[in-house]
Amino acid sequence: MDLLIKILGALATVVLAFTVGMTYGGLTRKVIARIQNRIGPPWYQNFLDNLKLILKKEAVHHGFMQHVAPLWLIAMSITTLMFIPILKDGAWFTNFNFDGDLILLLYLMVIGSLGMALGAGQTGNPNSAIGVTRGLTQMVGFEIPWVMALVALMIQYETTSITGLMDAAEAQGTWLVFSSPFATIAAILAMPGMFRYSPFDIVGAPAELASGPVSEFGGKYLSTMMTSGAIFAFVKLTLYVDIFFGGASNLVELVVKTFILYMFPVLWGAVSPRFRTEQAVKFFWGWPVLFGIIGLIQASF
Amino acid sequence: MINDKNSQGIVDIIAEYARKQSLFIMAYGTGCGAIEIPPTLTSRYDAERLGIRGAATPRQADVLLITGYLATKSLKRVIRVYEQMQAPKYVIGFGSCTINGGMYWDSYNTINLLDKYIPVDVYINGCMPRPEAVIAGFEKLKELIQSGNALGWKKYEDNLEEYRENQKKVIVNWQMPDYNW
Ligand code: SF4
Repeated sequence: MDLLIKILGALATVVLAFTVGMTYGGLTRKVIARIQNRIGPPWYQNFLDNLKLILKKEAVHHGFMQHVAPLWLIAMSITTLMFIPILKDGAWFTNFNFDGDLILLLYLMVIGSLGMALGAGQTGNPNSAIGVTRGLTQMVGFEIPWVMALVALMIQYETTSITGLMDAAEAQGTWLVFSSPFATIAAILAMPGMFRYSPFDIVGAPAELASGPVSEFGGKYLSTMMTSGAIFAFVKLTLYVDIFFGGASNLVELVVKTFILYMFPVLWGAVSPRFRTEQAVKFFWGWPVLFGIIGLIQASF
Repeated sequence: MINDKNSQGIVDIIAEYARKQSLFIMAYGTGCGAIEIPPTLTSRYDAERLGIRGAATPRQADVLLITGYLATKSLKRVIRVYEQMQAPKYVIGFGSCTINGGMYWDSYNTINLLDKYIPVDVYINGCMPRPEAVIAGFEKLKELIQSGNALGWKKYEDNLEEYRENQKKVIVNWQMPDYNW
Protein backbone atom coordinates (compact mmCIF):
# COMPACT_ATOMS: atom_id res chain seq x y z
CA MET A 1 0.00 0.00 0.00
CA ASP A 2 2.78 2.33 1.02
CA LEU A 3 4.72 1.48 -2.08
CA LEU A 4 1.68 2.00 -4.28
CA ILE A 5 1.15 5.48 -2.89
CA LYS A 6 4.81 6.25 -3.47
CA ILE A 7 4.63 5.16 -7.08
CA LEU A 8 1.44 7.12 -7.64
CA GLY A 9 3.06 10.12 -5.99
CA ALA A 10 6.02 9.93 -8.32
CA LEU A 11 3.70 9.67 -11.31
CA ALA A 12 1.64 12.63 -10.14
CA THR A 13 4.82 14.66 -9.76
CA VAL A 14 5.91 13.83 -13.29
CA VAL A 15 2.49 14.73 -14.70
CA LEU A 16 2.51 18.01 -12.80
CA ALA A 17 5.99 18.89 -14.01
CA PHE A 18 5.11 17.98 -17.59
CA THR A 19 1.91 20.00 -17.62
CA VAL A 20 3.41 23.06 -16.00
CA GLY A 21 6.55 22.91 -18.14
CA MET A 22 4.69 22.53 -21.41
CA THR A 23 2.22 25.26 -20.52
CA TYR A 24 5.09 27.59 -19.70
CA GLY A 25 6.60 26.77 -23.07
CA GLY A 26 3.37 27.72 -24.80
CA LEU A 27 2.92 30.87 -22.73
CA THR A 28 6.49 31.85 -23.53
CA ARG A 29 5.75 31.64 -27.22
CA LYS A 30 2.68 33.77 -26.62
CA VAL A 31 4.63 36.36 -24.64
CA ILE A 32 7.35 36.57 -27.27
CA ALA A 33 4.70 36.89 -29.97
CA ARG A 34 3.05 39.78 -28.12
CA ILE A 35 6.42 41.49 -27.80
CA GLN A 36 6.80 41.18 -31.56
CA ASN A 37 3.30 42.60 -32.04
CA ARG A 38 1.85 39.28 -33.16
CA ILE A 39 -1.09 37.31 -31.86
CA GLY A 40 0.91 34.19 -31.24
CA PRO A 41 -0.08 30.55 -30.91
CA PRO A 42 -2.57 29.37 -28.28
CA TRP A 43 -1.09 28.44 -24.90
CA TYR A 44 -1.63 24.73 -25.58
CA GLN A 45 0.35 24.81 -28.83
CA ASN A 46 3.26 22.90 -27.32
CA PHE A 47 0.98 20.05 -26.30
CA LEU A 48 -0.23 19.78 -29.89
CA ASP A 49 3.32 19.88 -31.23
CA ASN A 50 4.35 17.15 -28.85
CA LEU A 51 1.33 15.01 -29.69
CA LYS A 52 1.96 15.39 -33.37
CA LEU A 53 5.60 14.44 -33.02
CA ILE A 54 4.82 11.33 -31.05
CA LEU A 55 2.20 10.34 -33.62
CA LYS A 56 4.68 10.52 -36.48
CA LYS A 57 4.80 7.22 -38.30
CA GLU A 58 8.56 7.15 -38.67
CA ALA A 59 11.60 8.15 -36.68
CA VAL A 60 14.99 7.26 -38.07
CA HIS A 61 18.08 6.88 -35.98
CA HIS A 62 21.66 6.25 -36.93
CA GLY A 63 22.66 3.92 -34.18
CA PHE A 64 22.22 2.82 -30.60
CA MET A 65 23.50 5.94 -28.91
CA GLN A 66 21.18 8.21 -30.85
CA HIS A 67 18.34 5.87 -30.04
CA VAL A 68 18.92 6.04 -26.28
CA ALA A 69 20.02 9.69 -25.98
CA PRO A 70 16.47 11.08 -25.64
CA LEU A 71 15.68 8.35 -23.12
CA TRP A 72 18.80 9.24 -21.21
CA LEU A 73 17.72 12.84 -21.19
CA ILE A 74 14.22 12.16 -19.93
CA ALA A 75 15.46 9.67 -17.34
CA MET A 76 17.78 12.34 -16.00
CA SER A 77 15.00 14.95 -15.93
CA ILE A 78 12.69 12.64 -14.00
CA THR A 79 15.45 11.61 -11.61
CA THR A 80 16.27 15.21 -10.74
CA LEU A 81 12.57 15.89 -10.38
CA MET A 82 12.36 13.16 -7.76
CA PHE A 83 14.97 14.87 -5.60
CA ILE A 84 13.35 18.30 -5.63
CA PRO A 85 10.83 19.24 -2.92
CA ILE A 86 7.85 20.54 -4.88
CA LEU A 87 6.15 22.21 -1.94
CA LYS A 88 7.22 23.24 1.54
CA ASP A 89 6.88 20.90 4.53
CA GLY A 90 6.16 17.87 2.38
CA ALA A 91 2.76 19.22 1.35
CA TRP A 92 3.18 17.44 -1.98
CA PHE A 93 4.44 13.85 -2.40
CA THR A 94 7.96 13.83 -1.02
CA ASN A 95 9.48 11.23 -3.39
CA PHE A 96 13.22 11.24 -2.57
CA ASN A 97 13.42 14.78 -1.24
CA PHE A 98 15.24 13.93 1.93
CA ASP A 99 17.66 11.40 0.52
CA GLY A 100 19.56 13.56 -1.91
CA ASP A 101 21.31 16.83 -1.51
CA LEU A 102 22.55 19.69 -3.63
CA ILE A 103 25.84 18.06 -4.48
CA LEU A 104 24.14 14.98 -5.90
CA LEU A 105 21.79 17.26 -7.81
CA LEU A 106 24.66 19.25 -9.31
CA TYR A 107 26.03 16.04 -10.77
CA LEU A 108 22.68 14.75 -11.95
CA MET A 109 21.84 17.96 -13.76
CA VAL A 110 24.77 17.66 -16.16
CA ILE A 111 24.44 13.95 -16.91
CA GLY A 112 21.60 14.51 -19.35
CA SER A 113 23.66 16.87 -21.45
CA LEU A 114 26.48 14.37 -21.58
CA GLY A 115 24.18 11.63 -22.82
CA MET A 116 22.80 14.03 -25.35
CA ALA A 117 26.34 14.85 -26.47
CA LEU A 118 27.06 11.19 -27.18
CA GLY A 119 23.78 10.77 -29.03
CA ALA A 120 24.26 13.88 -31.10
CA GLY A 121 27.80 12.80 -31.91
CA GLN A 122 26.55 9.59 -33.42
CA THR A 123 24.25 11.32 -35.89
CA GLY A 124 27.31 12.46 -37.83
CA ASN A 125 25.73 15.81 -38.53
CA PRO A 126 28.36 18.57 -38.35
CA ASN A 127 25.81 20.98 -36.90
CA SER A 128 25.27 18.61 -34.00
CA ALA A 129 28.96 18.38 -33.28
CA ILE A 130 29.33 22.17 -33.24
CA GLY A 131 26.21 22.48 -31.08
CA VAL A 132 27.54 19.99 -28.55
CA THR A 133 30.91 21.75 -28.28
CA ARG A 134 29.15 25.04 -27.76
CA GLY A 135 26.80 23.54 -25.21
CA LEU A 136 29.58 22.07 -23.13
CA THR A 137 31.55 25.32 -23.34
CA GLN A 138 28.55 27.31 -22.22
CA MET A 139 28.03 24.86 -19.38
CA VAL A 140 31.59 25.51 -18.19
CA GLY A 141 30.59 29.17 -18.23
CA PHE A 142 27.43 29.17 -16.17
CA GLU A 143 28.23 26.25 -13.86
CA ILE A 144 30.93 28.28 -12.13
CA PRO A 145 28.77 31.11 -10.73
CA TRP A 146 25.97 28.62 -10.10
CA VAL A 147 28.18 26.28 -8.08
CA MET A 148 29.73 29.26 -6.28
CA ALA A 149 26.30 30.43 -5.24
CA LEU A 150 25.32 26.99 -3.97
CA VAL A 151 28.59 26.52 -2.11
CA ALA A 152 28.12 29.92 -0.49
CA LEU A 153 24.71 28.81 0.75
CA MET A 154 26.10 25.50 1.97
CA ILE A 155 28.78 27.30 3.99
CA GLN A 156 26.45 29.94 5.34
CA TYR A 157 23.71 27.57 6.51
CA GLU A 158 25.92 24.55 7.16
CA THR A 159 23.75 22.15 5.28
CA THR A 160 23.85 20.61 1.83
CA SER A 161 20.26 19.50 1.67
CA ILE A 162 17.56 21.47 -0.10
CA THR A 163 15.05 20.85 2.65
CA GLY A 164 17.70 22.00 5.12
CA LEU A 165 18.02 25.30 3.28
CA MET A 166 14.25 25.67 3.22
CA ASP A 167 14.13 25.02 6.96
CA ALA A 168 16.87 27.61 7.48
CA ALA A 169 14.77 30.16 5.59
CA GLU A 170 11.78 29.25 7.73
CA ALA A 171 13.81 29.52 10.93
CA GLN A 172 15.18 32.97 10.16
CA GLY A 173 11.84 34.21 8.87
CA THR A 174 13.11 35.65 5.57
CA TRP A 175 13.83 34.14 2.19
CA LEU A 176 17.43 33.39 1.43
CA VAL A 177 17.39 36.06 -1.28
CA PHE A 178 17.51 38.60 1.56
CA SER A 179 20.01 36.88 3.81
CA SER A 180 22.43 35.90 0.99
CA PRO A 181 21.77 38.47 -1.73
CA PHE A 182 25.09 38.09 -3.55
CA ALA A 183 24.83 34.35 -3.96
CA THR A 184 21.29 34.84 -5.23
CA ILE A 185 22.38 37.38 -7.81
CA ALA A 186 25.13 35.07 -9.01
CA ALA A 187 22.70 32.18 -9.33
CA ILE A 188 20.06 34.27 -11.10
CA LEU A 189 22.60 35.60 -13.56
CA ALA A 190 23.65 32.03 -14.32
CA MET A 191 20.04 31.12 -15.06
CA PRO A 192 19.75 32.35 -18.68
CA GLY A 193 22.61 30.03 -19.52
CA MET A 194 20.60 27.06 -18.29
CA PHE A 195 17.46 28.02 -20.14
CA ARG A 196 19.23 28.82 -23.38
CA TYR A 197 17.12 31.69 -24.54
CA SER A 198 18.81 34.51 -26.40
CA PRO A 199 21.48 35.83 -25.97
CA PHE A 200 22.60 32.40 -24.81
CA ASP A 201 20.88 30.32 -27.48
CA ILE A 202 24.21 29.47 -29.00
CA VAL A 203 23.56 25.74 -28.71
CA GLY A 204 20.40 25.48 -30.76
CA ALA A 205 21.14 28.66 -32.69
CA PRO A 206 18.21 28.68 -35.12
CA ALA A 207 19.21 29.80 -38.62
CA GLU A 208 22.84 29.28 -37.78
CA LEU A 209 23.28 25.72 -36.60
CA ALA A 210 19.88 24.38 -37.65
CA SER A 211 18.93 23.55 -34.05
CA GLY A 212 22.35 22.08 -33.24
CA PRO A 213 22.42 18.81 -31.32
CA VAL A 214 18.81 17.95 -32.11
CA SER A 215 19.10 18.49 -35.84
CA GLU A 216 18.92 14.79 -36.71
CA PHE A 217 16.19 13.93 -34.24
CA GLY A 218 12.64 13.75 -35.46
CA GLY A 219 9.33 12.16 -34.56
CA LYS A 220 9.21 10.37 -31.24
CA TYR A 221 12.80 11.30 -30.40
CA LEU A 222 12.07 14.99 -30.67
CA SER A 223 8.89 14.52 -28.71
CA THR A 224 10.78 12.78 -25.90
CA MET A 225 13.30 15.58 -25.83
CA MET A 226 10.56 18.17 -25.74
CA THR A 227 8.93 16.38 -22.81
CA SER A 228 12.24 16.14 -21.04
CA GLY A 229 12.91 19.82 -21.65
CA ALA A 230 9.55 20.77 -20.16
CA ILE A 231 10.11 18.64 -17.07
CA PHE A 232 13.64 19.92 -16.64
CA ALA A 233 12.52 23.55 -16.92
CA PHE A 234 10.08 22.89 -14.11
CA VAL A 235 12.83 21.23 -12.07
CA LYS A 236 15.19 24.17 -12.43
CA LEU A 237 12.53 26.76 -11.65
CA THR A 238 11.27 24.85 -8.62
CA LEU A 239 14.82 24.43 -7.38
CA TYR A 240 15.43 28.17 -7.62
CA VAL A 241 12.17 28.94 -5.85
CA ASP A 242 12.89 26.34 -3.15
CA ILE A 243 16.36 27.60 -2.44
CA PHE A 244 16.21 31.34 -2.85
CA PHE A 245 12.57 32.34 -2.67
CA GLY A 246 11.36 30.39 0.31
CA GLY A 247 9.62 27.57 -1.51
CA ALA A 248 5.86 27.49 -1.90
CA SER A 249 3.18 26.18 0.39
CA ASN A 250 0.61 25.48 -2.33
CA LEU A 251 0.59 24.88 -6.05
CA VAL A 252 -0.78 28.30 -6.93
CA GLU A 253 2.04 30.02 -5.08
CA LEU A 254 4.52 27.72 -6.80
CA VAL A 255 3.16 28.48 -10.25
CA VAL A 256 3.13 32.23 -9.65
CA LYS A 257 6.66 32.29 -8.27
CA THR A 258 8.15 30.04 -10.94
CA PHE A 259 6.42 31.89 -13.74
CA ILE A 260 7.71 35.28 -12.58
CA LEU A 261 11.17 33.80 -12.29
CA TYR A 262 10.88 32.19 -15.72
CA MET A 263 10.08 35.52 -17.31
CA PHE A 264 13.56 36.77 -16.48
CA PRO A 265 15.44 34.73 -19.13
CA VAL A 266 12.48 34.86 -21.51
CA LEU A 267 12.10 38.63 -21.53
CA TRP A 268 15.82 39.15 -21.66
CA GLY A 269 15.92 36.77 -24.58
CA ALA A 270 13.06 38.44 -26.42
CA VAL A 271 15.02 41.65 -26.84
CA SER A 272 18.53 40.29 -27.33
CA PRO A 273 20.55 39.11 -30.27
CA ARG A 274 22.76 36.05 -29.92
CA PHE A 275 26.15 36.01 -28.25
CA ARG A 276 29.09 34.22 -29.72
CA THR A 277 30.39 31.34 -27.63
CA GLU A 278 33.31 33.22 -26.17
CA GLN A 279 31.13 36.23 -25.40
CA ALA A 280 28.74 34.01 -23.48
CA VAL A 281 31.52 32.48 -21.42
CA LYS A 282 33.03 35.91 -20.87
CA PHE A 283 29.68 37.13 -19.58
CA PHE A 284 29.37 34.31 -17.07
CA TRP A 285 32.92 34.67 -15.87
CA GLY A 286 32.45 38.41 -15.37
CA TRP A 287 29.77 39.82 -13.09
CA PRO A 288 28.17 36.52 -12.05
CA VAL A 289 31.49 35.12 -10.84
CA LEU A 290 32.26 38.39 -9.06
CA PHE A 291 28.95 38.20 -7.23
CA GLY A 292 29.68 34.56 -6.51
CA ILE A 293 32.99 35.49 -4.89
CA ILE A 294 31.36 38.24 -2.81
CA GLY A 295 28.71 35.72 -1.82
CA LEU A 296 31.40 33.27 -0.72
CA ILE A 297 33.14 35.95 1.31
CA GLN A 298 29.89 36.98 2.91
CA ALA A 299 29.12 33.36 3.72
CA SER A 300 32.38 32.71 5.47
CA PHE A 301 32.05 35.64 7.87
CA MET B 1 -7.54 5.34 -51.41
CA ILE B 2 -10.27 7.68 -50.30
CA ASN B 3 -10.65 7.66 -46.56
CA ASP B 4 -13.96 9.32 -45.85
CA LYS B 5 -14.76 10.95 -42.56
CA ASN B 6 -17.07 8.17 -41.39
CA SER B 7 -14.32 5.60 -41.40
CA GLN B 8 -12.12 7.63 -39.04
CA GLY B 9 -12.07 6.48 -35.45
CA ILE B 10 -11.86 8.88 -32.55
CA VAL B 11 -8.11 8.29 -32.29
CA ASP B 12 -7.68 9.24 -35.93
CA ILE B 13 -9.65 12.41 -35.46
CA ILE B 14 -7.51 13.48 -32.49
CA ALA B 15 -4.31 12.52 -34.31
CA GLU B 16 -5.27 14.40 -37.44
CA TYR B 17 -6.28 17.39 -35.34
CA ALA B 18 -2.84 17.48 -33.73
CA ARG B 19 -1.19 17.05 -37.12
CA LYS B 20 -3.11 19.83 -38.76
CA GLN B 21 -2.69 22.26 -35.88
CA SER B 22 1.04 21.83 -35.73
CA LEU B 23 2.74 22.23 -39.08
CA PHE B 24 6.50 22.67 -39.05
CA ILE B 25 7.50 23.92 -42.44
CA MET B 26 10.71 23.40 -44.31
CA ALA B 27 10.76 26.26 -46.79
CA TYR B 28 12.79 25.41 -49.85
CA GLY B 29 13.23 28.95 -51.03
CA THR B 30 15.29 29.07 -54.18
CA GLY B 31 12.51 30.49 -56.37
CA CYS B 32 11.72 34.19 -56.38
CA GLY B 33 8.38 33.47 -54.66
CA ALA B 34 10.28 32.72 -51.46
CA ILE B 35 10.22 36.42 -50.67
CA GLU B 36 6.59 36.03 -49.62
CA ILE B 37 7.46 33.54 -46.88
CA PRO B 38 9.05 35.97 -44.39
CA PRO B 39 5.98 38.24 -44.21
CA THR B 40 3.78 35.16 -43.84
CA LEU B 41 5.74 33.95 -40.86
CA THR B 42 6.53 37.23 -39.13
CA SER B 43 4.51 39.96 -37.47
CA ARG B 44 2.36 41.09 -40.38
CA TYR B 45 0.57 37.82 -41.12
CA ASP B 46 1.76 35.79 -38.14
CA ALA B 47 1.34 32.21 -39.32
CA GLU B 48 2.37 30.97 -35.89
CA ARG B 49 -1.10 31.72 -34.55
CA LEU B 50 -2.32 28.96 -36.87
CA GLY B 51 0.26 26.53 -35.58
CA ILE B 52 2.59 27.00 -38.53
CA ARG B 53 6.22 27.55 -37.75
CA GLY B 54 9.55 27.03 -39.40
CA ALA B 55 11.54 23.88 -38.78
CA ALA B 56 15.29 23.89 -38.77
CA THR B 57 15.96 20.55 -40.41
CA PRO B 58 14.05 18.10 -42.62
CA ARG B 59 13.94 15.57 -39.79
CA GLN B 60 11.75 17.85 -37.74
CA ALA B 61 9.60 19.18 -40.56
CA ASP B 62 6.11 18.20 -41.66
CA VAL B 63 5.56 20.39 -44.68
CA LEU B 64 7.94 20.88 -47.55
CA LEU B 65 7.22 24.22 -49.12
CA ILE B 66 8.62 24.50 -52.63
CA THR B 67 8.58 28.16 -53.40
CA GLY B 68 8.65 28.54 -57.13
CA TYR B 69 10.76 27.23 -59.97
CA LEU B 70 13.07 24.31 -59.48
CA ALA B 71 16.21 23.88 -61.51
CA THR B 72 17.00 20.27 -62.24
CA LYS B 73 20.05 20.64 -60.05
CA SER B 74 18.07 21.81 -57.06
CA LEU B 75 15.44 19.14 -57.68
CA LYS B 76 18.06 16.65 -56.55
CA ARG B 77 18.36 18.42 -53.21
CA VAL B 78 14.61 18.64 -52.89
CA ILE B 79 14.32 14.90 -53.32
CA ARG B 80 16.92 14.30 -50.65
CA VAL B 81 15.21 16.70 -48.29
CA TYR B 82 11.82 15.15 -48.97
CA GLU B 83 13.06 11.65 -48.33
CA GLN B 84 14.69 12.68 -45.08
CA MET B 85 11.44 13.99 -43.70
CA GLN B 86 9.46 11.75 -41.37
CA ALA B 87 6.05 10.52 -42.46
CA PRO B 88 3.34 11.75 -42.47
CA LYS B 89 4.76 14.59 -44.53
CA TYR B 90 3.16 17.01 -46.92
CA VAL B 91 4.29 19.05 -49.89
CA ILE B 92 2.96 22.43 -50.92
CA GLY B 93 3.78 23.67 -54.40
CA PHE B 94 3.95 27.40 -54.32
CA GLY B 95 3.50 29.61 -57.37
CA SER B 96 2.74 28.92 -61.02
CA CYS B 97 6.23 27.63 -61.60
CA THR B 98 5.50 24.44 -59.69
CA ILE B 99 2.27 23.86 -61.60
CA ASN B 100 3.20 24.38 -65.22
CA GLY B 101 6.59 25.99 -65.22
CA GLY B 102 5.19 29.50 -65.11
CA MET B 103 7.33 31.94 -66.98
CA TYR B 104 10.09 29.35 -67.11
CA TRP B 105 7.98 26.77 -68.91
CA ASP B 106 10.35 26.49 -71.88
CA SER B 107 13.56 26.86 -69.95
CA TYR B 108 16.20 24.26 -70.64
CA ASN B 109 16.95 23.47 -67.01
CA THR B 110 13.82 23.87 -64.90
CA ILE B 111 11.12 21.31 -64.33
CA ASN B 112 7.56 22.13 -65.25
CA LEU B 113 5.27 19.98 -63.15
CA LEU B 114 6.48 19.31 -59.64
CA ASP B 115 3.96 16.54 -59.06
CA LYS B 116 5.81 14.28 -61.47
CA TYR B 117 8.82 14.16 -59.15
CA ILE B 118 7.44 14.41 -55.65
CA PRO B 119 3.78 14.10 -54.59
CA VAL B 120 2.25 17.53 -54.07
CA ASP B 121 -0.71 17.82 -51.70
CA VAL B 122 -1.68 21.44 -52.30
CA TYR B 123 -0.81 23.92 -55.00
CA ILE B 124 -0.95 27.64 -54.38
CA ASN B 125 -1.56 29.50 -57.58
CA GLY B 126 -0.13 32.90 -58.43
CA CYS B 127 3.06 34.52 -59.54
CA MET B 128 3.82 35.18 -56.79
CA PRO B 129 1.00 34.32 -54.36
CA ARG B 130 0.47 36.87 -51.62
CA PRO B 131 0.66 35.84 -47.95
CA GLU B 132 -3.17 35.67 -47.83
CA ALA B 133 -3.05 33.08 -50.58
CA VAL B 134 -0.31 31.20 -48.79
CA ILE B 135 -2.37 31.06 -45.63
CA ALA B 136 -5.40 29.96 -47.65
CA GLY B 137 -3.24 27.18 -49.09
CA PHE B 138 -2.31 26.08 -45.60
CA GLU B 139 -5.98 26.10 -44.61
CA LYS B 140 -6.70 23.83 -47.55
CA LEU B 141 -3.91 21.51 -46.45
CA LYS B 142 -5.39 21.46 -42.96
CA GLU B 143 -8.77 20.46 -44.38
CA LEU B 144 -7.13 17.63 -46.30
CA ILE B 145 -5.24 16.47 -43.23
CA GLN B 146 -8.33 16.50 -41.03
CA SER B 147 -10.29 14.46 -43.53
CA GLY B 148 -7.38 12.04 -43.89
CA ASN B 149 -6.82 12.85 -47.55
CA ALA B 150 -3.35 14.35 -47.45
CA LEU B 151 -1.74 11.08 -48.40
CA GLY B 152 0.97 12.20 -50.77
CA TRP B 153 3.65 10.50 -48.67
CA LYS B 154 1.86 7.19 -49.02
CA LYS B 155 1.56 7.67 -52.74
CA TYR B 156 5.28 8.27 -52.90
CA GLU B 157 6.06 5.11 -50.98
CA ASP B 158 3.71 3.03 -53.10
CA ASN B 159 4.83 4.40 -56.44
CA LEU B 160 8.46 4.92 -55.65
CA GLU B 161 9.69 3.29 -58.88
CA GLU B 162 7.56 5.50 -61.03
CA TYR B 163 8.75 8.65 -59.27
CA ARG B 164 12.35 7.48 -59.46
CA GLU B 165 12.02 6.94 -63.18
CA ASN B 166 10.72 10.47 -63.68
CA GLN B 167 13.40 11.91 -61.45
CA LYS B 168 16.19 10.08 -63.22
CA LYS B 169 14.93 11.36 -66.54
CA VAL B 170 15.78 14.94 -65.62
CA ILE B 171 18.66 14.47 -63.21
CA VAL B 172 21.54 13.53 -65.42
CA ASN B 173 24.21 12.43 -63.01
CA TRP B 174 22.29 10.55 -60.40
CA GLN B 175 24.73 9.89 -57.61
CA MET B 176 22.44 9.14 -54.72
CA PRO B 177 21.50 6.02 -52.84
CA ASP B 178 18.26 4.69 -54.28
CA TYR B 179 16.40 5.43 -51.16
CA ASN B 180 17.71 7.78 -48.52
CA TRP B 181 15.58 8.12 -45.50
S1 SF4 C 1 5.71 31.51 -59.86
FE1 SF4 C 1 6.46 33.55 -60.38
S2 SF4 C 1 7.19 34.34 -58.40
FE2 SF4 C 1 7.03 32.13 -58.18
S3 SF4 C 1 9.05 31.36 -58.68
FE3 SF4 C 1 7.84 31.30 -60.55
S4 SF4 C 1 8.30 33.24 -61.57
FE4 SF4 C 1 8.96 33.45 -59.45
